[in-house]
Amino acid sequence: MWWKSALFILMSVMIVYSFTTPAPQKMIGESSRIFYYHIPQAWICVIAFAMSMIYSIKYLKTKDIHEDDKALVAAKLGFVFCLLATLSGATFAKVTWGSFWNWDPRETSIFILLLIYGAYFALRGAVDVEEKRASLSAVYSIFAFITVPFLIFIVPRLVPSLHPEDSIIDENMKFTMSPMVRTIFFSSLGLFTIFYFWLFNIGKRVQLMARNQVEQEDF
Amino acid sequence: MPKSSAGLLSRSLAVYFKDMRLELRTRSALNAILMFGVTTLAVVSFSLGQSNLSPKIMSALFWVIMFFSAMSGLAQTFIREEETGTSLALKLTADADSIYLGKLFFNLTLLTMMTLIITPMFFIFTDAPTNNLFPFLVVLVLGVFGLVSATTIVAAIIAKASTKGALFAVLSFPILMVLLMSLVSASEKIFDNQTLADTSSEVQFLIAYVVVMTTASILLFKFVWRE
Repeated sequence: MWWKSALFILMSVMIVYSFTTPAPQKMIGESSRIFYYHIPQAWICVIAFAMSMIYSIKYLKTKDIHEDDKALVAAKLGFVFCLLATLSGATFAKVTWGSFWNWDPRETSIFILLLIYGAYFALRGAVDVEEKRASLSAVYSIFAFITVPFLIFIVPRLVPSLHPEDSIIDENMKFTMSPMVRTIFFSSLGLFTIFYFWLFNIGKRVQLMARNQVEQEDF
Repeated sequence: MPKSSAGLLSRSLAVYFKDMRLELRTRSALNAILMFGVTTLAVVSFSLGQSNLSPKIMSALFWVIMFFSAMSGLAQTFIREEETGTSLALKLTADADSIYLGKLFFNLTLLTMMTLIITPMFFIFTDAPTNNLFPFLVVLVLGVFGLVSATTIVAAIIAKASTKGALFAVLSFPILMVLLMSLVSASEKIFDNQTLADTSSEVQFLIAYVVVMTTASILLFKFVWRE
């Protein structure tokens, strides 16, 4: 497949550039390079969880078990990227603020996200009947996701933050990125997003194969 | 059970009175939730003594006690339907909305009764300041509503799962964490002798939380109940 080779080459180039060009933020220094990886991870985590919720809603509407499979694959990938974002964020926190964890609003929010999806997998493990498992976990993931806006707007008011204002939205308002930094950052964001959809597609096909195999064994 | 032509409120009240009658026969959920609250409170007060606790610690302890007591008893009403096998009969005689509201009122009653006993005991044991009682009551009422509105549908979910007890706390905690954070922050301010106006952002949040969670529960409950 040509696009997979292209993705491989482009990602390699992006990774080399992200380490060889001058650091994106002069004040933070070398450790600010983590920004090329940490933000795409958090971004994919949000995309994956949003997709999981959309597939859950679709499942409740259509009762098509394949929608539940997709919701599960998206939730699993979201969990992995959420974990990666937490770890890279904690490493950065250790380097710049001196401790791995100090209940910064973003840290609190991502911790709650991890708990929500940990609970989601625990619930899936505790229900034996497939249709029952699908609807119960769909309801739970929709219900839990409703609290996420509260996390974004309420938690920052209650806890003081040290987090650099480096989210994607206020990026352009806060400090102007040099063209080089901007190119690397947005290509990293785009390439990781493509990478995520590739992984999602593989996961979906694995689920489908497992399902077909079970059906064949039943006959 | 009234016919479905009766209004939603009277149908929900029918479910509520059925549950209350069942509960008053054995008092199993009420006893569990009450004794759990008293035990936690005793452990906390026993280990800390009356050693001038700071407002921050007092409010944290209070909501920890409330959270774990709520976790011990609020799932009972749905688990009982599954264990005695009456959920099918209930499904035939009542619609999902009225069952949800009936159970919500029931859990609200249960938690209110527990709060009525635990809160005075908390003030006695920890020597919390009582000169600022009205704002505390406002936050308390909103807290009880918040806890119940978010956990009733979780109780319905875990009643269908195999490991019920532990799962209830695991599934509820991430949803309740935002609520607990603002409850702790609001009651900390109140124990620190601030007025209700100082906690207005928390109070607004609590009201929004209760409304959003109740609405979402009503919309989603039928998918849980039909399973």
